[in-house]
Amino acid sequence: MDAIILQILNGLDKGSAYALIALGLTLIFGTLGVVNFAHGALFMIGAFCAVTLNRLLTLSHQVVDETRTDFLGNPLKVDVPYVQDIFGEVTGAAIIDWSVPLAILFSIPIMIGIGVIMERGLIKHFYKRPHADQILVTFGLAIVLQEIIKQIFGANPIPTPAPDVFRGSFDFGTMLGFDPNVIIYPYWRLVYFGFAAIIIGAVFAFLQFTTFGMVVRAGMADRETVGLLGINIDRRFTIMFGLAAAVAGLAGVMYAPINSPNYHMGMDFLVLSFVVVVVGGMGSLPGAVLAGFLLGILESFASMNEIKSILPGIDQIIIYLVAIIILLTRPRGLMGRKGVMED
Amino acid sequence: MFGLGKKDLTLFLIVAVMALFAPFILNPFPTDSGMAQFNAGYPDLMQRFVIFGILAIGFNILFGLTGYLSFGHAAFLGVGSYAAVWMFKLLSMNVIPAILLSMIVSGLFAVVIGYVSLRRSGIYFSILTLAFAQMSYNLAYSVLTPITNGETGLQITLDDPRILGVSATADGGIPVTNLFGLEMRSFETLNIGPWAFQFSVGYYVAAIIMLISFYVAIRIFRSPFGMMLRAIKSNQNRLYYTGLNARPYTLAAFVISGMYAGLAGGLLACMDPLAGAERMQWTASGEVVLMTILGGAGTLIGPVLGAGFIKYFENIFSKINDQVVHAWVSFLPDGLENFVVAIIHPFVGKGWHLTLGLMFMLIVIFLPGGLVEGGQRISRRLRRKPAEDDAKSASTEPAE
Repeated sequence: MDAIILQILNGLDKGSAYALIALGLTLIFGTLGVVNFAHGALFMIGAFCAVTLNRLLTLSHQVVDETRTDFLGNPLKVDVPYVQDIFGEVTGAAIIDWSVPLAILFSIPIMIGIGVIMERGLIKHFYKRPHADQILVTFGLAIVLQEIIKQIFGANPIPTPAPDVFRGSFDFGTMLGFDPNVIIYPYWRLVYFGFAAIIIGAVFAFLQFTTFGMVVRAGMADRETVGLLGINIDRRFTIMFGLAAAVAGLAGVMYAPINSPNYHMGMDFLVLSFVVVVVGGMGSLPGAVLAGFLLGILESFASMNEIKSILPGIDQIIIYLVAIIILLTRPRGLMGRKGVMED
Repeated sequence: MFGLGKKDLTLFLIVAVMALFAPFILNPFPTDSGMAQFNAGYPDLMQRFVIFGILAIGFNILFGLTGYLSFGHAAFLGVGSYAAVWMFKLLSMNVIPAILLSMIVSGLFAVVIGYVSLRRSGIYFSILTLAFAQMSYNLAYSVLTPITNGETGLQITLDDPRILGVSATADGGIPVTNLFGLEMRSFETLNIGPWAFQFSVGYYVAAIIMLISFYVAIRIFRSPFGMMLRAIKSNQNRLYYTGLNARPYTLAAFVISGMYAGLAGGLLACMDPLAGAERMQWTASGEVVLMTILGGAGTLIGPVLGAGFIKYFENIFSKINDQVVHAWVSFLPDGLENFVVAIIHPFVGKGWHLTLGLMFMLIVIFLPGGLVEGGQRISRRLRRKPAEDDAKSASTEPAE
């Protein structure tokens, strides 16, 4: 029992990342009808927003500290971040410590900007082209973005710490009445899950309860009619693309402490996210979220030693296996609608 | 002749002549000149030209004719390589059984994957093939380690049985791949003045196999079977309404194209008896797609051009480093020189993938028909028939 709960918890954080990326992919697909292979790159750029902010905040200058001496007896030179000059020592240190959550604010405008530029500059010209062309051009874009990040930040993963408060793990088992030290879960992963839940909820609420969301949903159902009603649907769809980019970016920002960002993390997640979207059903937002968590949890179950001893290697292929089985038994995915991508 | 039309025969002969005289054609600069680094006429690179040409020709039979975009073609390449190396380990170092086995194994593999994946079309098909390829890649690294030797890669060793051959040569070395005694790695150098032309056995074996594959591809393109595949691309529903089942045809195309990829993988192993799982990674599949698109999907010569183009630039661009760029622009004033080098730096050497990605995008955006379409446009422009230009581009599909 405790092992099962532990695996479900372990699956949640990866599942959250899948769900967030798949949600963005589905938003783009549902609104614009474009298959975006560069979405993983947006996730990666989000993670590097966190890295960038961290680096900006820790920019420092050297100050000679007369009270202390180094091992040679000279006055010690201390690196003092500019942030501490501006906000004072304590507040400044706290700001640096909280750089990853702060990067959320920092990344939203950047990601929306990138998304809008991408849509207006490139994707717009591909609405009428075949899906194969869309896949290829966004695949090319993904390579370009990935290489640019590699040139700027190098090929090695860059550790980006979470705030001190969230470091370490807590004993989840004692809360449920299990023995201590059986179910231990890092705080930050719990934060990640909560954050993902909030974002997913916000996107759904936005689409469901605002006029803008209503128009967008109407446009997803029948673009032409909405256009005939005198609504500029293209502009709204552009904004939706920006939003989807922001969702992917935020998923990346918060993922930075879990897995040190490297330039190919986007590609790694992209392939899986596509599988998630297809399993959930192309164009279905609830399907994408459901499939994201489902596959995340399945993956963590498959990596249990008990299961691996029966079916060796299953943890490596479980997601693909499930995708193949689902596509063959339920061709539209778990919650796919009729008429989407049928031809 | 050979059952080819006049146009196809000309094309085939041009390719044949180019392939056979490649050591001369690709070596235009004397060895001692500064331009020698742009020479492509050395065995290793020429082998890659023709081998990846085979891969792209095969991919084009599937993608160019039926329109099914497979994103997992590298899996067949990897399987072919493994099969060939196992043949070297168990049977003999002769390349013929290795190539045959790699085609058979990858063909069987393609039957299984194709049977499942071809139930769906469009993006679903792409994702399914991608899923299968990633699965093979992951398995090759984990459970199948006894067969694939995991991260180290499968290599031939001194204690392999090699029933029909020898485990070790007389002087205790590992035997080399050969064709009835002709060693793949051996080559002759012909010195004419400052030029040095290298004729490698491995290259000619690969080139002849490439020509055979190219010939088969032409025959497929012109056959009723090829027409059927094109019908599938243009409208599958109508095909169903006429009472024809498209799936056996697509499956056949998939298997043929998988066998081409297996053949290419087998040849790679023949030139260098080593197989690793990284050949199956999905970026490798993406590269095949790129080669075909770049050259011109659905055209006969396109994939070969695309493969050569990419492999050449991959090789040349990744060799150019900052010193080379400095040497080129040394005529500029110092500040400007450094500036130009700084601009070029991200695109060459290790940054070659950036150039590749940009090229990819530019081709898809501006030249969806690839190099072949570009060539056609230029020749049409030269013949100056602007009125006909529009009508033609509207009516002719790239499926030439």
